[in-house]
Amino acid sequence: MSVKELRARTFDWFDERLGLREGRDLLDHKVVPVHAGTTWYYFGGITLFLLAVQLGTGILLLLYYRPSVAEAFDSVRFIMTRVEFGWLIRSIHSWSANLLIFAAFVHMFSVVFTHAYRRPRELTWLTGIVLLGLMLGFGFSGYLLPWNQISYFATKVGTDVAATMPFAGPALARFLRGGEDVGAATLTRFFAFHVAVLPMLTFAFVGVHLLLVQKAGMSTPSGISPARLAQMKFFPSFFLRELMVWYGVLAILGTLAAIFPWELGQKADPFSSAPAGIRPEWYFLAQFYTLKLIPSHVWFMEGELLGLAGFGLLAAVWVTLPFWAKGREGEGRTRLATGVGVFLVCYLFAFTILGYLK
Amino acid sequence: MRAPAILFLLCSGLGAAAVDSCVTCHAALEEGGKGPATLIKGDVHTAHGLSCADCHGGDRTTDDPDASMNRAKGFLGKPARTAIPKFCARCHSSPDIMRQYAPRERVDQFELYQTSVHGKRLAAGDPNVATCIDCHSVHDIRPVKDSMSPVHPLHVPETCSRCHSDKQKMAPYGIPTNQFEEYRTSVHWEALAKRSDLSAPSCASCHGNHGAKPPEVESVSAVCGSCHVLFAQLYERSVHKAVFSAVGGGGGCIVCHSNHGIHQPSTAMLAGPKAVCAGCHDAGTDPAKTAVQMAGWLDGLDAALKRSETRLARAEEYGMEVSEAQVRLIDGREDLVKARLAMHSMVSGEMRQPVDAGMAVAAETLKAGDAALREKDVRRWGLAVSVILIAIAILAIRGLIRRIETNGGPTPLTASGEKTS
Repeated sequence: MSVKELRARTFDWFDERLGLREGRDLLDHKVVPVHAGTTWYYFGGITLFLLAVQLGTGILLLLYYRPSVAEAFDSVRFIMTRVEFGWLIRSIHSWSANLLIFAAFVHMFSVVFTHAYRRPRELTWLTGIVLLGLMLGFGFSGYLLPWNQISYFATKVGTDVAATMPFAGPALARFLRGGEDVGAATLTRFFAFHVAVLPMLTFAFVGVHLLLVQKAGMSTPSGISPARLAQMKFFPSFFLRELMVWYGVLAILGTLAAIFPWELGQKADPFSSAPAGIRPEWYFLAQFYTLKLIPSHVWFMEGELLGLAGFGLLAAVWVTLPFWAKGREGEGRTRLATGVGVFLVCYLFAFTILGYLK
Repeated sequence: MRAPAILFLLCSGLGAAAVDSCVTCHAALEEGGKGPATLIKGDVHTAHGLSCADCHGGDRTTDDPDASMNRAKGFLGKPARTAIPKFCARCHSSPDIMRQYAPRERVDQFELYQTSVHGKRLAAGDPNVATCIDCHSVHDIRPVKDSMSPVHPLHVPETCSRCHSDKQKMAPYGIPTNQFEEYRTSVHWEALAKRSDLSAPSCASCHGNHGAKPPEVESVSAVCGSCHVLFAQLYERSVHKAVFSAVGGGGGCIVCHSNHGIHQPSTAMLAGPKAVCAGCHDAGTDPAKTAVQMAGWLDGLDAALKRSETRLARAEEYGMEVSEAQVRLIDGREDLVKARLAMHSMVSGEMRQPVDAGMAVAAETLKAGDAALREKDVRRWGLAVSVILIAIAILAIRGLIRRIETNGGPTPLTASGEKTS
């Protein structure tokens, strides 16, 4: 039997059991529209690639990380100083987490500005929003795990903000902390969220999100008829281009990790005073700075509560975007969505910068 | 029934508070006479419910000056300056009285005062020496813990200097007046005034407060040793102990460190043109050589530790994790402190041990710093190689795309499935 025949028979064997031909046909027929905004399509893939990096590096970190107040900090230091390439794995994990959230934001805003959320892609939008929330949850829970001064007090501030929410706030804060204050229970809880709960939910939602993308196909910008657009085959043309982008992202990650290794800080000391200039990670900075700007009392409401109500309202408007910004009912609504998007980008950009500087 | 009772209590209370003829009358006097009535508002005695009559006697319940200041009724008036300590001691030496107002307050101040130079001279009839009011003020006396009190730890040096820096006042006693000036150049003043360290020594810490007197030659090391315990222990068994004790006009620690103007010690005290050792030991003698050797050890260890510190700081700037070595460096700094301490035994062998331990730490941490910097270089080279490999991979993929698309492969198509070019 020749090699060619062996390959064919092996393929047939698997095809009979897994339906490989269907998958191949799907890849053969999947196309990507080619237009001025095709570049934005790569950001979904970049986000997915960084998620895979997180998964790989996260598993490696798990081999040495010990989730207890007594050992967490020392185990991370051990990873950084003693484990072969431990510094690289941890630094890539930390940098990749930040790039992942950045890429997810870019992906989300590209969807808004190209109006890709329109019918029939409402569920794709919603699952994407859930995934962004999960990524922020990964960031918040992972930040505490090295158990250093900055992460300890930032988590204290973060959970304090949660506690100010009306009705469920105190219960939510207690649930997150596993008690009245940030401590040993919080660390084990955040660890469980970070390595079990959030990954499971993420896998499920990434699966549904990709399925929906496959089902509806790639969106084309509003105002351009799909029939008049050039197309590119997904495999191999788009896939190979995406692969080039992934390699580029990998080079950026490696550069950041080698030149700016993620710092370890000092071990958390709950009895010390909070370090000066304590602030959350950059992706929560705009909200944090907004809450700082609001006076302690506005009319009859507490300032923080008013801020949270504002964020809640904005989030509700944003989540329901595909349902009120329908292009077919009038371009005005689409333009409004673009306006809201521009406003949000400007707000996040300006307040994040101000949060850093102030 | 209850309402009239409450009304009576209120009225009687108001009445009691209102009747203090001393304050009422003195407040109405001319500038000089109204002073006590104004000052007493912030006085610690007033805060405890005491009034003028409790010290000066008399009847505060009547407006008639003849009756309220009637000596037959126990009015004491202004005490003579020489009588002031006893005047205050009537209460402050009585445990029974003090227990009512400040149970934890000491009651031996007058007893101590009598042993002090101030107290002895006063007893001998000298009215110019310090009494209670010269330090604690009068009529506006505040607790020692009150930062506005002249005897609050931060203010003691200025309070003492009001008299002791006054050349005219000190002339009859033939004592110097430059103590405060010298003290203000000392490390103790720096700790007290600049760092607000309330535990830093001021005049009273060495001379005593109520029993103030100069420490005798024999007790200098005991006075310094009350804070610098280990130094005093080593000094006690050093060769200097017997020699310094015999020095007239001062001995012990102050022979090398001075008394009021104690500066930050350095190895310049051991070797070089400003060496204090040279005051007794001629250059070239064995003790002088040992002092130079000791200075060399201390300087060498300090320089080695600084070199390691700089190296680790540089590695840290590059983001290298060197916290373990930095913690270890603290041990080296402790060894330097131990070596400086051991020097006071004046036995070079005792000093060598911490110096060697510190040098070992310095070498170890320097090695860690060098390793971190080498590791940084390895990482950068690794990064450069990786980026080159990634760039090659990207170019290869680009070439592959071109080859596929120029060989009639899946180039961009129109919607109908035809190739665009």
